[in-house]
Amino acid sequence: MGRYALRRLLQAIPVFIGTTFLIWFLVWGLPGDPFAGRCGEKQCPAAYVNYMTEKFGLDDPLPVQYLNYLKNLATGNFGQTFNGIEIGELLAQAFPISIKLALVAVAAEALIGITAGVLTGLRRGSFLDNLVLVSTLVLIALPIFVIGIVARYAFGLASVSPEAPWHELIIPGLILGSGSLAYITRLTRVNIVENRRADYVRTAVAKGLSPGRVTGVHLLRNSMIPVVTWLGLDLGALMGGAIVTEGIFNIRGIGGLLFGAISRRESGIVVSIVAILVLVYLIVNLLVDLLYGVLDPRIRYE
Amino acid sequence: MSSPEVATATAEAAVAPVTPAPAEPPRKDKPRSLWTDAWYELRRKPLFVISAIMITIFVLMAAFPWLFTSVSPTEADLNRSLTPPDFGAWFQFGKGGQFGYDLQGADVYARTIYGARASIVVGLSAVIGNMLLGGFFGILSGYLGGWTDALLARFGDIFLGLPFVLGALVILSTFAPVQSSPSAFRITSLVIVTFITLGWPSFARIMRAAVLSTKQLDFVHAAQALGARPGRIILRHVLPNAVAPMVVVGTITLGAYIGAEATLSFLGVGLREPVVSWGIMIGEARQLMEAAPYMMAFPAAFLAIAVLSFVMLGDAVRDALDPKLR
Repeated sequence: MGRYALRRLLQAIPVFIGTTFLIWFLVWGLPGDPFAGRCGEKQCPAAYVNYMTEKFGLDDPLPVQYLNYLKNLATGNFGQTFNGIEIGELLAQAFPISIKLALVAVAAEALIGITAGVLTGLRRGSFLDNLVLVSTLVLIALPIFVIGIVARYAFGLASVSPEAPWHELIIPGLILGSGSLAYITRLTRVNIVENRRADYVRTAVAKGLSPGRVTGVHLLRNSMIPVVTWLGLDLGALMGGAIVTEGIFNIRGIGGLLFGAISRRESGIVVSIVAILVLVYLIVNLLVDLLYGVLDPRIRYE
Repeated sequence: MSSPEVATATAEAAVAPVTPAPAEPPRKDKPRSLWTDAWYELRRKPLFVISAIMITIFVLMAAFPWLFTSVSPTEADLNRSLTPPDFGAWFQFGKGGQFGYDLQGADVYARTIYGARASIVVGLSAVIGNMLLGGFFGILSGYLGGWTDALLARFGDIFLGLPFVLGALVILSTFAPVQSSPSAFRITSLVIVTFITLGWPSFARIMRAAVLSTKQLDFVHAAQALGARPGRIILRHVLPNAVAPMVVVGTITLGAYIGAEATLSFLGVGLREPVVSWGIMIGEARQLMEAAPYMMAFPAAFLAIAVLSFVMLGDAVRDALDPKLR
């Protein structure tokens, strides 16, 4: 287990370097004037351009710039925006809100999705089963931005306040998780249906366990493996994928910060956020893989 | 999967010339391949039939929009700005305004019809590109294994490490900044290339897994033993038997890509004027939800139905090709 985790960690390093380099190169490395349009209609004065070039090290060769960036990242120094605001501070304000939102979404997905999946999987072909299947199809088909706009309009919701208390995040979280909610319902259902025919379930029934225990302990635990994978990957993806939801509900999280930074071409913010999100994604991936062994003792890591 | 069928087919072919059996009547049921089997299964599924009909309509809409409307999607008259839908016009051919008019006074119905083209073109090209590129690299790493496999896997992980919307946002805004207005062809191909860049590793992974299991089957070993060249083995023996999972994922992904295209256009980084797209229309309608909810309702409904059709088609195809859950 320890060796496996170590090997996976080592494998993650080139991926992290590759992905951050890709984004860094797209944002900083491509030829083009980083100061175009930064001084209104006029050309930026030479003194300003020189000062900024010096400050951001734009004259260094590209590999040196990238290495400097990695070094700063490792020491927790995210640098400054073009206006001289500490990027670290911006991130510290935005991240807790996005994490809260992602947690609400994942909790809703797990709670509703798994319950619906188990209920329909146990009664395959029933009216409830068909109803849930149709509703999951509708949820998958409707893009989040449509659901979000309609929900805001239909329920007359106001924007979420800047501090983003939990209770105001419930509806945005539900909307953010709606697509995955549908997937989780279907995934749980398929796995329950498949595992119900397994030998260990028959054995559990045959030795006289109560139906609740058969479902809750034997069936559910073995059916959860793909679901846990999905939930874990989703938590990683939702932190960055909340751009649309955060935009519609005016939540001041990472998504809004990122989108603003992209349209104002604040390269430093974009690169920092993506680096953090990739790191989160990789760690979550690793944790999910390690969790397999806990859920299913048959899976062993050499 | 289909190894027994293929094995008997080759066995018969090999035996036939040696012992011509004139007395035996020709067998009526030819050994059915996985695909014929799937087709038999599919034709009886209402879900498949419905989604296939819907998709045919959308493809027709994309290819020949003038079959559905005679009004130009870009012709705008400010006198008609925000006129609500005229439900009487639904049954009168050649009259505009069925779905109302938008802020600029352009016909919402015509725009919705013409919007199908962007979605279908982007979704279809991106999925085909993904299948070609991902399939090629998947076969390469699955069949060759070793260093090629390890290198390709790590290289693909770089793109998989990026969340989809995030990666697309950065790539698109780099090559087509938010304020710029690129030509229709340029922005469309840029969106397609972005989707392929971010999507090929998942297709490669699926293909690789399928190739790995197909490679172990007897008929591949037989072909190798007979001295067939790798190119022939891959094209004639491995590929036809390993492509099914990718086709299933491709169909479902097509629906997802149509949704993603609309999302990016809605955010203002994807397609933009002069392209007509459902995502752009929904984005424009957002500020006018109170005054003109119909501006949002019609493109959103078309978008949802299009995505739903492809997801349903993918579901049906998967059930037909994967008999495990039957």
